[in-house]
Amino acid sequence: MRLYRSHVLICGGTGCTSSRSNEIKQEMEKYITEFGLENEVQVVMTGCFGLCEAGPIVIVYPEGTFYSRVKVEDAKRIVEEHLLKGRIVKDLLYYEAITEVSDTVKAVNEVEFYAKQMRIALKNCGVIDPESIDEYIAVDGYKALAKVLTEMTPEQVIEEITKSRLRGRGGAGFPTGKKWAFAASYQANQKYVACNADEGDPGAFMDRSILEGTPHSVLEAMTIAGYAIGASKGYIYVRAEYPIAVKRLNIAIKQAREYGLLGENILGTGFNFDIEIRLGAGAFVCGEETALIESIEGKRGMPRVRPPFPAEKGIWGKPTLLNNVETYANIPAIINNGAEWFASIGTEDSKGTKVFALGGKIKNTGLVEVPMGTTLREVIYGIGGGCPNGKKFKAVQTGGPSGGCLPEKYLDTPISY
Amino acid sequence: MNTVKITINNREYEVPSNYTILDACRAAQIDVPTLCFLKDINETGACRMCVVEVEGTRNLQASCVTPVRNGMVVKTNTTRVINSQKTTLELLLANHNIECLVCNRNGQCELQDLAERFQLKDIYFENYKKREPIYDDASVSIVRDTSKCVLCGRCVSVCKKQAGMSVLTFIDRGFETHVGPAFDEKMEYAGCIYCGQCINVCPVDALKEKPHIELVWEAINDPKKHVVFQTAPAVRAAIAEEFGKEIGTGATGKMVAAIKRLGVNKVFDTNFAADLTIMEEGFELIDRLQNGGKLPMFTSCSPGWIRIIEQYYPEFIPNLSTCKSPHQMFGAIIKSYYAKKMNIDPKDIFVVSVMPCSCKKSEMHRPEMAVNGNRDVDAVLTTREVAKMIKQAGIDFNNLPDEDFDHPLGEYSGAGVIFGATGGVMEAALRTVADVLSNQDLKEIDYNVVRGTEGIKEAELDIAGHKIRVAVAHGGANAKKLMDMIKSGEKEYHFVEIMGCNGGCVNGGGQPYVNAKTRNSGLDHRKLRAQVLYNEDKSKTVRKSHLNKDVMKLYDEFLGKPNSHLAHELLHTHYHQREIFPTQEN
Repeated sequence: MRLYRSHVLICGGTGCTSSRSNEIKQEMEKYITEFGLENEVQVVMTGCFGLCEAGPIVIVYPEGTFYSRVKVEDAKRIVEEHLLKGRIVKDLLYYEAITEVSDTVKAVNEVEFYAKQMRIALKNCGVIDPESIDEYIAVDGYKALAKVLTEMTPEQVIEEITKSRLRGRGGAGFPTGKKWAFAASYQANQKYVACNADEGDPGAFMDRSILEGTPHSVLEAMTIAGYAIGASKGYIYVRAEYPIAVKRLNIAIKQAREYGLLGENILGTGFNFDIEIRLGAGAFVCGEETALIESIEGKRGMPRVRPPFPAEKGIWGKPTLLNNVETYANIPAIINNGAEWFASIGTEDSKGTKVFALGGKIKNTGLVEVPMGTTLREVIYGIGGGCPNGKKFKAVQTGGPSGGCLPEKYLDTPISY
Repeated sequence: MNTVKITINNREYEVPSNYTILDACRAAQIDVPTLCFLKDINETGACRMCVVEVEGTRNLQASCVTPVRNGMVVKTNTTRVINSQKTTLELLLANHNIECLVCNRNGQCELQDLAERFQLKDIYFENYKKREPIYDDASVSIVRDTSKCVLCGRCVSVCKKQAGMSVLTFIDRGFETHVGPAFDEKMEYAGCIYCGQCINVCPVDALKEKPHIELVWEAINDPKKHVVFQTAPAVRAAIAEEFGKEIGTGATGKMVAAIKRLGVNKVFDTNFAADLTIMEEGFELIDRLQNGGKLPMFTSCSPGWIRIIEQYYPEFIPNLSTCKSPHQMFGAIIKSYYAKKMNIDPKDIFVVSVMPCSCKKSEMHRPEMAVNGNRDVDAVLTTREVAKMIKQAGIDFNNLPDEDFDHPLGEYSGAGVIFGATGGVMEAALRTVADVLSNQDLKEIDYNVVRGTEGIKEAELDIAGHKIRVAVAHGGANAKKLMDMIKSGEKEYHFVEIMGCNGGCVNGGGQPYVNAKTRNSGLDHRKLRAQVLYNEDKSKTVRKSHLNKDVMKLYDEFLGKPNSHLAHELLHTHYHQREIFPTQEN
């Protein structure tokens, strides 16, 4: 494996892509070659960094230099000044990454937006190339799957998830371990694992960013779930309006199959599991689990009556485990670090972290992940930077169309279920 | 049976554990309003009319699909519940075409009943948003009007589960959502069999039969026309319901009396032609059995079934009996034998068939259904339509004396009567076939094995030393199931009766509406109506078609013998394959 002295990470999330980050990458690669740096500097297209407001974002490591709102025409300067001559292009830095008084430069992880976050689900987003399974494996990817398949029984896996007290991140907060146990308890010749990636609430893009930034996390988690409940087939139901996520999922599935991490006899353990993608056609209701199942079956997405719940009769009438993208994204970390570690984060009833999409009249529009129990004020002011232009805060809308608007007096409410 | 304790409106009840909240409420004499719910057919919990408060749950629960559990505490008439139901109703009415006074369902509409019950002060959201209505009357049988549709989905479910056709489906989303055949095709070009079960379950007037009432009034009032009515067996078993009587009330005599008072010239009984059908079909079966004809032979009385086979199983067309359906046979006889006998020009005879069926309206238009350029039948009224005419004429149905059918074509046997129930044609045919084959007048004539509402019935019978395997199916879904088994070779039969409607003609697409409340109460209108027919059969002295004196006379005087040349000309027909989804140009 080749060693590089510098890595340039360019955000390949949907926001930055629409601000031409692809072209920035091409331009930088062009100049890197022009200046003869191709053996010293590697350019990596990553998933979303989260601070979409400042996009397109370019980070140069090992310094962690945080360039924001980079334009295609800035590519040459960054290559020539920073990468060739070692001089940081200060006028392109994120405003908070430079201290005006001392003129010192802060690394990306020191700026407030990131310093106050805790990233579990988003751990790899903006860190690795989501289209490279090797990079995922390099950051402990598929370690949890290997552990589960070789060291744990399905019951132990469910026990671990139960002990972590992870709850469904789709919104309803149903205990994930319990859901897995239900799905495991039904006997059938075929069971299914499904992933709800039909994120439809206006302004929400948590699941999209996870799929764009670390698709293998979801595949790994679904495979673990398949082992735990006794399923050999998985479906990811993802909306067609997420083309980058779909593309990266397809690449990830292909790579995982090539590496023997999906398909027959995974890691030589005799366990079979494969995943298929189903695209949503833009119906909001298909985010509801039973409507989603109907849609997977090729029918009009209309909710089914429950009971029977999907754990008993789901896809094609077979026991089905259905979790949200973010829920799955937490699974590998729980297996790797242990349920106690996860359960030590958050509040009494709500463990772990939660990803939020910040939008509207807030300074740092973007994606954040904070421990449960963080107050709304901390998210809005501490991380989000508050209202732009010194405007007075009026209300925050949480939870999508079925959520509510909270005025200032509730800002100190800790975030939990 | 396991039971649970449940508290409803502060009173405790013990109910079977497999009940829904709605079942429990109704057992407790509380009528929770419903709209979309149809037991076993449409259990979607979609319309939210039936919501109740359940202690411990955050949201109101749809009682129709929520199972009871021990210790459940339910409230059905809190302000919250009633406000929610009212709002739901207001929203339903918001884009409903409220022309109730001039609506076909005026007085028989489940939405109207709800509006009456809730006494809304205003239709708060009226005209807020309406979808562009579709009025589809291209079909000769079923008319669709989306301006009335409340999107309950009952027709969609019945079309899928009972008719087995899935012709009707939801199309588009949100405010644009409407029900219709895929790609907004017209019913005429969508593979529909016109069984009309969708009409029967529609709570409003979004689906109805193609009306023939005006046509019939015109003929009655035309002095040049000799108007002959004939009534199918199933009509008498249900028509009284239109006049407030309980389901299962027979009204043969009053029906005849009422129709006579409409000013028609003659009222005959299609049962006569049912007996005639048995003569033709029974002898056709005997011929096929004895001379190596195409088997199994399928009955051909139900035009819905004919549409199934022509569209979906055309390879079995040679297996169909070539007999016309009874009312078409009768039309042909009226315009030949009767016309000659009465010395009337067949062109001046106007034959009206009163049928329990929506598909007969399409059958009468088939080009084959004519002799010498005269249509066998000129109009088909459904049971509902003839009841409307009786009401229009101001006839006090319930207080009429019983009257008899006219002669010479009014005589009928018990075998003809039971045509209206699933298995009836089979049983009637077996009575005749058994007598003919054994050359006896057999006493054991109740073939209970082919009676009842089981989806597919089969039996192996020993008839005069012949082993005859028979099967009976009713409703498109069961028909398809049986046909697929026959097609795959899994099952082999000699004789098969199939009816397009679930339960047979007694539950035809032209029968009186049985509202959801009654259907959901567990009362089986198919069985109750069939019982009327079986009772009438029992009461008849002549219970076999070949012993019907008028039929024998018809053969003696006119037709010769069954399957004679003349009989073929008048009483038999042929079939052809139909494209399921023909382009309209074709």
